[in-house]
Amino acid sequence: MASHIDELVDFDVALEKYDPVLGFEVHVELNTKTKMFSSAPNVFGDTPNTNVTPVCLGLPGVLPVVNKTAVEYAILIGLALNCKIAERCGFARKNYFYPDTPKNFQTSQYDDPIAYDGWLDIELEDGEVFRVEIERAHMEEDAGKLTHMGGATGRIQGADYSLVDYNRSGVPLVEIVTKTIEGAGKRAPELAKAYVAAIREIVKSLDVSDAKMERGNVRCDANVSLMLKGAEKFGTRTETKNVNSLRAVEHAVRFEIERHAAVLNSGAAIVQETRHWHEDTRTTTSGRPKSDADDYRYFPEPDLVPVITTPEWIEELRARLPEPPAARRKRLQAEWGYSDAEFRDVVNAGVTEAIEETIAAGTTAAVARKWWMGEIARLAKNSDVETLDLGVTPATIVELNSLIESKKINDKIARQVLEFVVAGEGTPTEVVEKRSLAVVNDDSALGVAIDAAMEAMPDVVAKVKAGKLQAIGALMGPVMKATRGQADAGRVRELVLEKLGIEG
Amino acid sequence: MNEIIRYSATELAAKLRAGEITSVAAVQAHLDRIAEVDGGERGIHAFLHVNGEEALAVAAEVDAIRAAGGADAEALHPFAGVPIAIKDLIVTKGQPTTAASKMLEGWMSPYDATVITKIRAAKLPMLGKTNLDEFAMGSSTEHSAYGLTRNPWDLDRIPGGSGGGSAAAVAAFEAPLALGTDTGGSIRQPGAVTGTVGVKPTYGGVSRYGAIAMASSLDQIGPVTRTVLDSAYLHELIGGHDPADSTSLNEPVPALVEAAELGASGDMTGVRVGVIKELQGEGYEAGVQERFDESLEALRAAGAEIVEVSCPNFKYALGAYYLIMPSEVSSNLAKFDGVRFGTRVLPEEGPLTIERVMGATRAAGFGDEVKRRIILGTYALSAGYYDAYYGSAQKVRTLIQRDFDAAFELADVLISPTSPTVAFELGSKTGDPLAMYLNDVATIPANMAGVPGITVPGGLSEGLPVGIQFLAPVREDARLYRAGAALEKLLEDKWGGHLIDQAPELSAATTGGVA
Repeated sequence: MASHIDELVDFDVALEKYDPVLGFEVHVELNTKTKMFSSAPNVFGDTPNTNVTPVCLGLPGVLPVVNKTAVEYAILIGLALNCKIAERCGFARKNYFYPDTPKNFQTSQYDDPIAYDGWLDIELEDGEVFRVEIERAHMEEDAGKLTHMGGATGRIQGADYSLVDYNRSGVPLVEIVTKTIEGAGKRAPELAKAYVAAIREIVKSLDVSDAKMERGNVRCDANVSLMLKGAEKFGTRTETKNVNSLRAVEHAVRFEIERHAAVLNSGAAIVQETRHWHEDTRTTTSGRPKSDADDYRYFPEPDLVPVITTPEWIEELRARLPEPPAARRKRLQAEWGYSDAEFRDVVNAGVTEAIEETIAAGTTAAVARKWWMGEIARLAKNSDVETLDLGVTPATIVELNSLIESKKINDKIARQVLEFVVAGEGTPTEVVEKRSLAVVNDDSALGVAIDAAMEAMPDVVAKVKAGKLQAIGALMGPVMKATRGQADAGRVRELVLEKLGIEG
Repeated sequence: MNEIIRYSATELAAKLRAGEITSVAAVQAHLDRIAEVDGGERGIHAFLHVNGEEALAVAAEVDAIRAAGGADAEALHPFAGVPIAIKDLIVTKGQPTTAASKMLEGWMSPYDATVITKIRAAKLPMLGKTNLDEFAMGSSTEHSAYGLTRNPWDLDRIPGGSGGGSAAAVAAFEAPLALGTDTGGSIRQPGAVTGTVGVKPTYGGVSRYGAIAMASSLDQIGPVTRTVLDSAYLHELIGGHDPADSTSLNEPVPALVEAAELGASGDMTGVRVGVIKELQGEGYEAGVQERFDESLEALRAAGAEIVEVSCPNFKYALGAYYLIMPSEVSSNLAKFDGVRFGTRVLPEEGPLTIERVMGATRAAGFGDEVKRRIILGTYALSAGYYDAYYGSAQKVRTLIQRDFDAAFELADVLISPTSPTVAFELGSKTGDPLAMYLNDVATIPANMAGVPGITVPGGLSEGLPVGIQFLAPVREDARLYRAGAALEKLLEDKWGGHLIDQAPELSAATTGGVA
């Protein structure tokens, strides 16, 4: 095959010669109660082929009925992407034979999408804003899920047989298609990732999708082509299908840029085709040839009537739009007083909502960040889970913090308490009681420990008396040891100074 | 012949309500008739499946309710206990549904069509499923994968199609009522050539949910009966809005029985009847034209104002129909691939890939006429041809609608022969698809525009029935019943009874059935 190459071209080298041109098709599965055209439940993960009706199985005689909530969700997505909303739009049949598509056509929208001509500002990591133009967002139905059995790879090649689960058949989808994206240059992979992240964030904030990429709620097809710098005509593109994590989107775009450059440098031509992404090797392989002449024999769906959107309906939906994620981030950063770097780290760690809730529950912004970006993140990393999956709630943090503020425990003990909470031993207060972790505030008990330490270290006492107050630190070790770490360091220091008659 | 089977549905219903006949007796009489005339070597073969046990059980239930009296008996539908036959394109739980195709041999639907749900709720015993051209594609019922159906008027002639089974069942007194579907004339043309009544309702008037789609934008379920009044009752029963069919009209069923009763006076005073210039003359048999002219005279004599209307674009209707219908067919029939239901055929040699299994299944499961239309439609929708074929045909459709609009400015109803010919001989047109297609030239415009149409018996030509078609504006189905019932009354007065009474006697002896 002409496009087969053994050596990639280094990314930076490729970008010296070529400009990448991008385009994305992102499929968003809506979280409506029922499917796009049938009353079957739209639920992920149930026993295969249980969430089906005659309609989503495509049995003889059935007819589709449009799910109004799905239309509303599509309009919400359109509005959030600054699109125009069609006053009237229809469905069309996309005809092709494939066993995951029960009717052997997909009911989709063709030349009259419900939303069109929008844009989305994408904030890159350094704060630069890149505007992506949205061509359209249209409604369609998902296909069933094929599982290929008996082969080594789980792919259809080499499989003995395939199983099909129609639970996903007919799940409402909104496909968001960008216009051609030029000018991203070296930022292309980063932009790709940031764009998909922004879409995911928007549909999540709209609460129209569960937005879990690992479940396929958000799926990205990434189109990449290269053109020689200064050229006027776009190069031939490839479409890498179903890239299902943010990291993979970034890697896939980078890989295709490197691969295209290698093919073009060798004098060969890029084959217009779909590509499969392989997460294990971080490479793409050839899928099926795709030309603009792919003939789906689209025609208007005669079983459905057009969707009419009144201005009143659209305005009612517009009023339901939440604050756009980007604007919300700006507001929160200002409110919390975080530096750009601090806030970016918070966003990248995915704990913005957790911090917001923790602050709302009664801590300062600094305390919330200290915990979520500090000890909780560390524990999560040690356990190899996402920070939010550790099970720490904002209420836990508030409780820990009030235990510290009331001097029942110190910071160090608080970190131990958190570990025990994560281990499932109860609330912070319960852990402190059960494990007798309360700070020793009893001055007489402390006094005994301090006296013993001072007696054992006369040279240290002398240094302190001579004004070297930092020498107190040397007494801390034995005192802590004697109190099993439960002494409040501040109070120890106060008591030592008091005993020696020194003004702190 | 048991006289029960000769009653119209309305008459039979009255006798059931009066307690003169039990529903069980009525159902049994029809089952006996089916045994007698349907199954023999020269039997009518209207039925693909006879549903005797269930029909008798429903009948017994109705009889019990009637016998007990009280509110439950009062609440029964007027036609409760009157048996009905169902075109085998309409899905039914508990009975096979084949669409007369090998593709669905042995398939049992897990759900009922909306019209079937209504029929069950009204407790009409279902006698069984009637024959048709495979997937309703044809005008003679010769394209059934399960054998042909004979015309009760002449056993060597076609009963029309695609709904030849329903029309023949009603004409042969095997059922007083039947359901048909009409995409280009499949209710009306069989009605015409069997001397029965058939109605294609306004598009959207009756739910299509559960009618196996041939061409979604043209299909409509409707009644098949021996009298106009019977059709009105059945139409009211099956009509009305259905949330499961997005194209169903969200409005109440018009007062059709009332219209039929009004028409039965025979008075047509003040009704403007438009004769469609383009649907007569060349291509129409002389005998058909003569009966048509006599019908016009009868209507004129009854006070109707006969006007001539021109629908110049009707001449493109057949051509446009044979682009739109196959296009939708090619997509609607894609689901028949052997993957989820129905027949599955494995290729005789070579690897068992999904494409090859689908291919082998469709090659073996579909008959020639179905394949012809799938191929035509696939071609018409192809990139580069879409505008010229499907696109142009849709424009013709708009022009036909405009022709109707203009015609209905001048006339309350339009009139034409239903079919250009009487029933032709079995086998005489199977080798010539175009000649077969021409049979629907007068019925297709109604489907293209969504307007309702009725066929009523118009007399005989050389001993074979001629049908007269009325067409009305969209949503004005009541006008069909008014005019249809009036013509029925006027002609029956002339004939001294129902036209069907002139049909030859059928018996076990003539059909090879069970005496």
